Amino acid sequence: MSLNNNILIKLNNAGYRHKNKWLVRDVSFIIEKGKIVTLIGPNGSGKSTIAKIALGIHKKIDGEVEKYTDKIGYVPQKISIDWTLPLRVHDFMLLTENIEDEAVNEALSSTGVINLKDKNLGNLSGGEFQRVLLARAISKKPELLVLDEPVQGVDFTGEIALYELIKKISDELNCGILLVSHDLHTVMSATDHVVCLNGHVCCSGSPIDVAKNNEYKALFGEKAAQILTRYEHNHDHVHTIDGDIKKN
Amino acid sequence: MLDDFFIRALVAGIGIAFVAGPLGCFVVWRRLSYFGDTLAHSALLGVTIAYSLEFNIAVSIFLISSVIALILIQLQKKTNLPSDALLGLLAHSSLAVGLVVIGFLAFIRFDIMGLLFGDILAVSKKDLVTIWVGGSLILLVLRLIWRPLFASTVNYELAEAEGLKPDRAKAVFTILLAAIIAISIKLVGVLLITGMLIIPTAMARNLSDNPQKMVFFSIIGGLLSVVIGLFSSLEFNTPSGPSIITAALALFIISLLKIKQTIKLKN
Repeated sequence: MSLNNNILIKLNNAGYRHKNKWLVRDVSFIIEKGKIVTLIGPNGSGKSTIAKIALGIHKKIDGEVEKYTDKIGYVPQKISIDWTLPLRVHDFMLLTENIEDEAVNEALSSTGVINLKDKNLGNLSGGEFQRVLLARAISKKPELLVLDEPVQGVDFTGEIALYELIKKISDELNCGILLVSHDLHTVMSATDHVVCLNGHVCCSGSPIDVAKNNEYKALFGEKAAQILTRYEHNHDHVHTIDGDIKKN
Repeated sequence: MLDDFFIRALVAGIGIAFVAGPLGCFVVWRRLSYFGDTLAHSALLGVTIAYSLEFNIAVSIFLISSVIALILIQLQKKTNLPSDALLGLLAHSSLAVGLVVIGFLAFIRFDIMGLLFGDILAVSKKDLVTIWVGGSLILLVLRLIWRPLFASTVNYELAEAEGLKPDRAKAVFTILLAAIIAISIKLVGVLLITGMLIIPTAMARNLSDNPQKMVFFSIIGGLLSVVIGLFSSLEFNTPSGPSIITAALALFIISLLKIKQTIKLKN
């Protein structure tokens, strides 16, 4: 058992090989209750792979994953529903667990798609479907949420609202969140800990620390660094990993 | 008055329809039609083994089909052939080997037509017990693995991530498929069992907007097919399997008309 009972999941030098080629290696981080850990990195840097390692979808891994919860909600990056299977949003909400109707309605309302409850899943737009996926994951009131590009295809205002919702969920449910995103701008402001990946961990730390890191600049370019600098100017403090507030 | 043999066939068919409905839905949803076919073809080999070793037919079919399923999984892992080629390979070679073995067992009289297409006269009282007890067990187990099986049918990774153990559910489901083939071979026949699983389900798909409804309608479709099919088999002296499947096809075509109507209504 862990010494710190706030820890939900802990990766120790985790990595995954496919046909003798490393997709990602030597990744270590912990996610605690109420904390948001964000994985950033370019395409093919192993973000989704790390999410799948953490979830136990990839089984033959190097290193270790210590999981201290099995109440998990997952929003996968890609999901295709087969037309041969007639499935309404309501059926989909109850896919992995029986959830009371009240909780289902609440979750669908919070992501703004309660009006779609009786619609067929195949008739939703990409953005609507994404909102349903998120609603399903949070309706279980999980202890750990793994969100792989959760706002892809959602319109711009909706995107901001959903990120705010994610932040709110992490506070209200006190659940840990592993967020995979390439959207630096919105993501960084809500994150407690950033892991910057490119096949391995380039750098990690609080958003501000990562933004100052040269490897991060090399990976994403000066522009990205400026986004965060701007963000830094708007605030006078940073959150450290253990949740303390540190004045700049 | 109905003859005893006919009532036995009817009771057997009704039992099979109850099991085929829900299993058939998963066969369609998971795209396992050819997999079901392969297991069914291998059943003939099971029958010959049962005869030559004087072993229970249903148990023998169940074992052989399960072994074929295991071989398939191994071949999928170890060869570079696509799944449909492997399925074809196993289906036809097990059917061929079964027929060759029958040739060697010339001292036993086989009703090959009956094995391939089902025989309304073949259902004994003992078979009824096998069908209803076996069928109840299949449905009970399906009920137990329903959530993980259904969730992983929708999305494997979601089911795995949220701790539902989809691989286990899939393995159990394969065994259930072998089991329904074992209990329905006498009435429906080796070549047509997959039809019994798929056609009422295809009809149900045309009438349903959610999974529960689809299961319900495929059971209803199966029951109607069995009753209509068996009565016409009696009336026109046709083999029972093809008669049931033809009835199922007729129902499917009627369900297509229903779709046309709904499309018209929407316009």
